[in-house]
Amino acid sequence: MTKEEKYNLAKWAMNHALENGAQEVSVSISDNKSSSVEVREEKIDKLEQAIQSGLSIRLFVDNKYSSHSTNRMKKEDLARFIEEAIEGTKYLSEDEFRTLPNPSLYYKGGGEDLNTLDTEYNNIDPKQKIDLAYAAEKEALGKDERIISVSASYYDGLNERVMVTSNGFEGDTATTYYGLYTSVSVKGGEARPSGGWSESAVFYDKLEKEGTGSKALERAINKIGQAKIESEKLPMIVEYKVVRNILGPVLSAINGSSIQQKRSFLIDKLNEKIASDKLTVVDDPFIVGGRGSRLFDSEGLAAKKRSVIDKGVLKTYYIDTYYAKKLETEPTTGNSSNLVFELGDKNLDQLIASQKRAILVTGFNGGNCNGTTGDFSYGIEGFLVEKGKITKPVAEMNITGNMKKLLMDIAETGNDVNENSSLLAPSIVFNNVDFSGI
Amino acid sequence: MSVNRRSFIKTGGAVAAGSMILPPFMQSCQNVQISENVKSYLDHFEVSTEMLQKVIATAMSKGGDYADLFFEHKTSNSLGLEDGKVNRAYSNVDFGVGIRVLKGDQTGFAYSENVEMKEMLNAAKMAANIADSGSDFNINEVNEKIPAGYYKIQNKWEDVSVKDKVPFVQKINDKVFELDEKVIKVNAFLSDETTYVLFYNSEGRLTYDYRPMISFGVVSIMQKGEQIENAYSARSFRKGFEWLTDELVNDLAQEAVDRTNILFEATKPKAGEMPVVMGAGGSGILLHEAIGHTFEADFNRKGESIFSDKMGKKVAENFINIIDDGTLDNNRGSINIDDEGNDVEKTYLVKDGILNSYIHDRISAKHYGIDPTGNGRRESFRHIPLPRMRATYMEVGPHTKDDIIGEVDYGVYVDNFSNGQVKIGAGDFTFFVKSGYLIEKGKLTDPIKDINIIGNGPQALADITMAADDYLIDNGTWTCGKSGQSVPVTCGLPSVLVKKLTVGGVS
Repeated sequence: MTKEEKYNLAKWAMNHALENGAQEVSVSISDNKSSSVEVREEKIDKLEQAIQSGLSIRLFVDNKYSSHSTNRMKKEDLARFIEEAIEGTKYLSEDEFRTLPNPSLYYKGGGEDLNTLDTEYNNIDPKQKIDLAYAAEKEALGKDERIISVSASYYDGLNERVMVTSNGFEGDTATTYYGLYTSVSVKGGEARPSGGWSESAVFYDKLEKEGTGSKALERAINKIGQAKIESEKLPMIVEYKVVRNILGPVLSAINGSSIQQKRSFLIDKLNEKIASDKLTVVDDPFIVGGRGSRLFDSEGLAAKKRSVIDKGVLKTYYIDTYYAKKLETEPTTGNSSNLVFELGDKNLDQLIASQKRAILVTGFNGGNCNGTTGDFSYGIEGFLVEKGKITKPVAEMNITGNMKKLLMDIAETGNDVNENSSLLAPSIVFNNVDFSGI
Repeated sequence: MSVNRRSFIKTGGAVAAGSMILPPFMQSCQNVQISENVKSYLDHFEVSTEMLQKVIATAMSKGGDYADLFFEHKTSNSLGLEDGKVNRAYSNVDFGVGIRVLKGDQTGFAYSENVEMKEMLNAAKMAANIADSGSDFNINEVNEKIPAGYYKIQNKWEDVSVKDKVPFVQKINDKVFELDEKVIKVNAFLSDETTYVLFYNSEGRLTYDYRPMISFGVVSIMQKGEQIENAYSARSFRKGFEWLTDELVNDLAQEAVDRTNILFEATKPKAGEMPVVMGAGGSGILLHEAIGHTFEADFNRKGESIFSDKMGKKVAENFINIIDDGTLDNNRGSINIDDEGNDVEKTYLVKDGILNSYIHDRISAKHYGIDPTGNGRRESFRHIPLPRMRATYMEVGPHTKDDIIGEVDYGVYVDNFSNGQVKIGAGDFTFFVKSGYLIEKGKLTDPIKDINIIGNGPQALADITMAADDYLIDNGTWTCGKSGQSVPVTCGLPSVLVKKLTVGGVS
């Protein structure tokens, strides 16, 4: 569908809902294209292509609320779908807090082009994509006799979406993404450790096309001989690639729903110190070409740059319209855009060099965090650091503690980030972490 | 399960009472002997056998060895409760056909979200590109396969109104509040799903399935002084509306409250290696993570799994039998046919302590020269099938639960979990314990909570030194993720002793 066709269908669906008993409606329609290829042993292992469309609708009927989605896009199907959805909604309980956003908070156009769309998406030769995967495989294949298996994947996608609401919002977005991923398995004793490396970008030209194969191989080989060590309390360096795993629970805990439902370890902590001075994070939706950049959020609220954590002090809760009403406060936004961390001075090697004895964590293996209390326990793998140097690979160990204390124990942040992620976080050093091993 | 025309293409999510859609009549398959049942599925998807054959011929036109079509129509509905009221509903309709072409171990795949001939042929052409020669493949065969009946139900979810489901969600809220005055909040949900599947392949097999699913769960959030804790309880089955009863509501509510209450007094164990007693039921997560994934034959045919060269070898004590089963009545992990149209079976992965079978899809079964085990599963028509588990469990052993706990001087007893993971090649697996107990001098003592346990698959399997006679399947809302695809599964275990695992804790 063209953008105009999407707008027309969305408005038609909105009007159909209004004519059939809904008082307020929000409709979005999206089109996605994607392709991927995975190669192994110098042959294509999997070749996939997809085109999909979907409509989702949020209905506010007699102070009752429901939301629905479908990929049956013919008008006659949609009409029945919407009518049935409205009828069903009438059997729910009333919820006085459910409304569309206050229109004065909507994005009203005129924003800067955030450059999230590669207009060349449809012009890239499929053969070139396959060749990228082959080239990545070739960087590793046959380069070491311990290799068991190499697989390399290329993938890309285009998402286009329009949204309209019955109280005046209209907006559309278009984004592209490209990625390469290589994984290598090697034989080392009984175990067959694997290593992987990925690259991704918003623009095809900006995708780092070399190095995933060689880095994956290096990471796999470095894991040979990994074993647990004695249980010990040690500093922990978390590599930037996996920082998301350890900080994810913080984002959940500052979400309006977690706060209002008493399922957060950060209730009533706004403008209070929740982390060490070393932690400063800004939510910046306006980075040109940024992975999480946007002019408005999923409700249509105009995007704003916000301080999230300033020198350890919590400055923002992520609150959408519904939970703002329940919490008797103003909405911010329901979810984050680009999270930009203030960087330290050292790169990962320098962070390692400054530790007498520590564990560098390069991968997580399961585990979880109790969002209500902050108690966490995660499986990890990585390397023992002694006298500023990596001395051996470790695995099959756990870290256990409480998020509230872990945040206070942030000793230092590095200066390395993945520019192509919406989480622009560096490697982070935490003190006094309980490692369980032997 | 027979399907009648009344259930033709429901567009609806939140179906209102008495709402019914009349199907357009469609004449299909006049020249082939097929049952009324399969005709109703062809009509459901608005296709004829001739159309299927044309699409297959196009999919095979570049010289593929094999092609299949997987039509799927899934309707999901969910009701949610927050702050004392059933005040939200969600629904989703997903419809389309996945077209797959195989050439040796290679896969070409595309899908279409509608069943117009032009669009299906386009998708077939894309998938065909995995091969690169030419071929005049034609198929006239239709071998109807009547699927097994592992999940017979009385009342289809499609025929149940929101009005009739709401009271159960409301009741579970009220029950939780009634059970304990520390309760401050309740979250509850009821989600049902109805899936129609039609399958046809280049070998002429034509089959179909009707897959109901229901999940019902509750979270109780309780406060004692300053301390807030919560716990979750849920069940899921391939059952119909008749499954919802007041007794079920009471059981779930009680379980959620009991599980939350334990947490107020819970501590953390010492960090390090220790014996772990896995209680009967949900402890089956041990099998799922420690060995299930590493037995999936795609990893093994590529040599990536730590079990790649262990077939026919002794991997556990003689009394250990481990099964992956797609045939349990109304089980969340059961399927009448797998998503490659194959029959489903009860597969012994470990028999009398010996590695007996991997978990196969069509590609890996062919690679190993054996019959498929019915483990080819996919999240939806948008995804390619992979070797996946169904219900994974261990049969009873020679010991008792009391014997087993009595063996342990210092260790942990665990029986409530939230999630797990495994690294296939290294064999390191983990599972997260929501709650359990310390074992001191052969007795359960203080409760423990929120700890991760990590071990190595082959070692942990060899370290199961005792198994009890109290085998139990856990019917929680287990969902297994692999390569970005989720499928419903279950797991089960009798109480067992694992001699040594690394328990997350404090030094």
